[in-house]
Amino acid sequence: MSIQTDPHQGDIHHARLDDYSGVVPSPVRPTTGRPAQLLGLGALALAVVGWQIFDLHLGAALAGAFVLYLVAVYLVYRSLGGPRVAVDQLMRALVYFAFVCAVLPLISLLWTVLAEGAAKIVSPAFLTQTMNGVTGLHDQAYVEGTGPFIGGAYHAIIGTLIVTGLATLISVPIGMFTAIYLVEYGNKGRLARWIRFFVDVMTGIPSIVAGLFAFALFSQIFGIRDAKMGLAGAVALAVLMIPTVVRNSEEMLRIVPNELREAALALGVPKWRTVVKVVLPTAASGLASGITLAIARVIGETAPLLVAIGYARGLNWNAFENAMTTLAVYAYSMFTKPLSPAVREPSLERAWAAALMLVLIVVALNLLARLIAKMFAPKTGR
Amino acid sequence: MNDSVATEQRPARTKPVRRVGDIVFGGASLGSAVLILLTLVGVAVFLVIKAMPALTADPAEISGGKGFFSYVWPLVFGTVVCSLIAMVLATPVAVGIALFVSHYSPRRLGAGIGFVIDLLAAVPSVVFGMWGMAVFAPKLFPLYGWLEDNLGFIPLFGEASASGRTILTASIVLAVMILPIITSVSREVFLQTPRLHEEAALALGATRWEMIRTAVLPFGMPGVVGGTMLGLGRALGETMAVAIILSPNVFTWNFIGSGNQTIPAEIALHFPEASGLRLAELIAAGLVLFVITLAVNLFARWIVDRRAEFSGAN
Amino acid sequence: MSKRIDVKDLDIFYGNFQAVKGVSMSIEPRSVTAFIGPSGCGKSTFLRTLNRMHEVIPGARVEGEVLIDGQNLYGKDVDPVDVRRQVGMVFQRPNPFPTMSIKENVLAGVRLNSKRLSSKAGDELAEKALRGANLWNEVKDRLDKPGSGLSGGQQQRLCIARAIAIQPEVILMDEPCSALDPISTLAIEDLINDLKTDYTVVIVTHNMQQAARVSDKTGFFNLEATGKPGELVEYDTTQTIFNNPAKKATEDYISGRFG
Repeated sequence: MSIQTDPHQGDIHHARLDDYSGVVPSPVRPTTGRPAQLLGLGALALAVVGWQIFDLHLGAALAGAFVLYLVAVYLVYRSLGGPRVAVDQLMRALVYFAFVCAVLPLISLLWTVLAEGAAKIVSPAFLTQTMNGVTGLHDQAYVEGTGPFIGGAYHAIIGTLIVTGLATLISVPIGMFTAIYLVEYGNKGRLARWIRFFVDVMTGIPSIVAGLFAFALFSQIFGIRDAKMGLAGAVALAVLMIPTVVRNSEEMLRIVPNELREAALALGVPKWRTVVKVVLPTAASGLASGITLAIARVIGETAPLLVAIGYARGLNWNAFENAMTTLAVYAYSMFTKPLSPAVREPSLERAWAAALMLVLIVVALNLLARLIAKMFAPKTGR
Repeated sequence: MNDSVATEQRPARTKPVRRVGDIVFGGASLGSAVLILLTLVGVAVFLVIKAMPALTADPAEISGGKGFFSYVWPLVFGTVVCSLIAMVLATPVAVGIALFVSHYSPRRLGAGIGFVIDLLAAVPSVVFGMWGMAVFAPKLFPLYGWLEDNLGFIPLFGEASASGRTILTASIVLAVMILPIITSVSREVFLQTPRLHEEAALALGATRWEMIRTAVLPFGMPGVVGGTMLGLGRALGETMAVAIILSPNVFTWNFIGSGNQTIPAEIALHFPEASGLRLAELIAAGLVLFVITLAVNLFARWIVDRRAEFSGAN
Repeated sequence: MSKRIDVKDLDIFYGNFQAVKGVSMSIEPRSVTAFIGPSGCGKSTFLRTLNRMHEVIPGARVEGEVLIDGQNLYGKDVDPVDVRRQVGMVFQRPNPFPTMSIKENVLAGVRLNSKRLSSKAGDELAEKALRGANLWNEVKDRLDKPGSGLSGGQQQRLCIARAIAIQPEVILMDEPCSALDPISTLAIEDLINDLKTDYTVVIVTHNMQQAARVSDKTGFFNLEATGKPGELVEYDTTQTIFNNPAKKATEDYISGRFG
């Protein structure tokens, strides 16, 4: 690999690189990943020994073993390949560690939700009953084995569908038209730049502030007593959803080749028909996938709905009157305010089942979005 | 619209007709865009209107009896501290994951990890809260006990809470929640590193880490800072995780015991039962939160945009 | 079906930058006219002003007159959309609509303008246009397949079929063969020869042999220096331009001394 050069010339280069304190050319001997793998196994074994035999806390054992592993990797590679290789391997270990840091909580979380929620999510009572008339006494009876499990999330499922559906109905047209304005009409004008900027700002609105806004707006119109209704929650969610829809749609419209617009315009098609009949269908799969992701983002929102809609124990089909419950709010309320403070289990089970349902919905929506983007993309090949 | 359809069928026309379709459609687009501006203004205006009573009320009538400012400042402090800890914890990990995806993992694995990160972003915050309280907080108790025993002389590590429901726990969970946003912004800028710079570094004989240090990190740094600020903005506004995990109380420097509270959690916990002046108080607190997050987000955007101009000039 | 074009003192601007200066010419009906010249001399820009497609580019505007059978395209009450229905255009790269089948692509101009077509009339029109574009025999068995599945040359002929399906009077072609292989190019050139019997054809090309092969008249565009506007240097029968040009610049360009 090494190229022989005039030694004198090499010195000059050496001095220059040092001056810039960039890459310091010191010898690097080739190494493989094998030592790191062996050390990793050793560290793991050490952690298990510390945990099982010396009775250390599992976390402490793992942390200690990891630190030892880092030190060992550095020393071994320093002797094998020199200090630069050692630092490289050390950083590699840290980068991998960062990845594990993100995956562990996710796995733990998914496992917890699955384990705690699986029992009740398939129960017909959970799926078909509301909490109307269900009290702590029923829960006590159920735990003591003297009564059936009653009280479920039927009303919350319906509420989630209504509120999220309304939010989608509000935000999709507004978001899409805004994206169309940004791409097809405003382009690089001053107004378009401002709107793009404020859409970005809107992305940062805390969800609870969106809820407060919806409440403030509706209490201004209908009075404080009648302000809490499904529509208010939908407005709050729309405030959170619109920026996502705008940005996703803008991106999708932008990748529609200009040639297609020109082709349509050259056929004597008016601009708006070009957008409706050529640009939108071409971007359709991307738009649909973006909207699905936007729905996935808001369907699990709790705080704004807690503020704007409140909590209802029973079924409410009417989004224009009285409180409603969604799955997220249901899970929160069952989790933090069990029906019977003494016998918390049934309420917690309901909460976890609702959480599991939410997670399943969100994962399904994410997968669906990917599927839409893949399956219905315009065919380009033969 | 009928009008335009009818006229379109005559190919040769000399009368000046503005196309109704174009006017309606262009108008709707412009209208929606302007509506977004109005919404943002509306958020500010309505919050101010509804918060007014609390801001103008007799200080003795405000919770705590010493006026709105002394009511809200511990909340502001709790919010900011909680979010800052989350940001500090999340950033190195997020940068590590971003590097892993952009420069260490095989392309295929990178896509899979992207999906995992998306999933992490998609899990509803209420679920994070439930998990944090039921599973994660108890696991942290031994650590807190150890901190109390060994580092108790530092005021931050006072008496450890037996439940683990402390502001530090909330911060760690928040850190996990803001990981995705920092990761995705960082990953984006790392992937944009000019290939030429990377190859130049490698051709000089740099190891992979040296290449990252000399080519990727300097190029991506403004993007990472911007992403971190966006993550901070998200953490500041995060409600449910804190509301569920933290067992709130008055302000304290002891981060491993119960105590402290954040603005969003305070609102979520008390809003359902609030009325009258208390309601105005909570909305006013929300207004304060809105102003803080707005400032943080504007700053983040400014940094990210500045970077965009910079790289555009290259 | 075919009309003459008269251009009088046309100046084209992008914002404050003048791209083309003082073009005047007359284009006869039922003829093929080719524009040649070095890159950036404004020939494509000029072509676009013949159906107001330059207006799609923000900041572009013209001064002067373009008359089609005596009617000014830039008159106050003329709708650019109507202009484009009379003056069709084919682009450098074939651009069939990816969401539509071959047949839908051909009928796109009619359908997108919300004209109702019975399915029988649609079939007939599609066949007529595809035959007119020498494509019918190759695609008649797969009219419902996506247009993007065709080869580059077939796609370009599909785009020509799409342009003639709305029955324009003039067809503009902006380097229609530059993205195609030699065999597909030959097919397009044959087609241009056929189109001449029904339409006024104007073509921009980088390929001088192509201009010599297909056109009746040729216009040579040039610019004095970078940053200066392009001009129409010479406009005459193709024979004259290639064998006996009047201007030195034309001769230099034709003989390959620059450009």
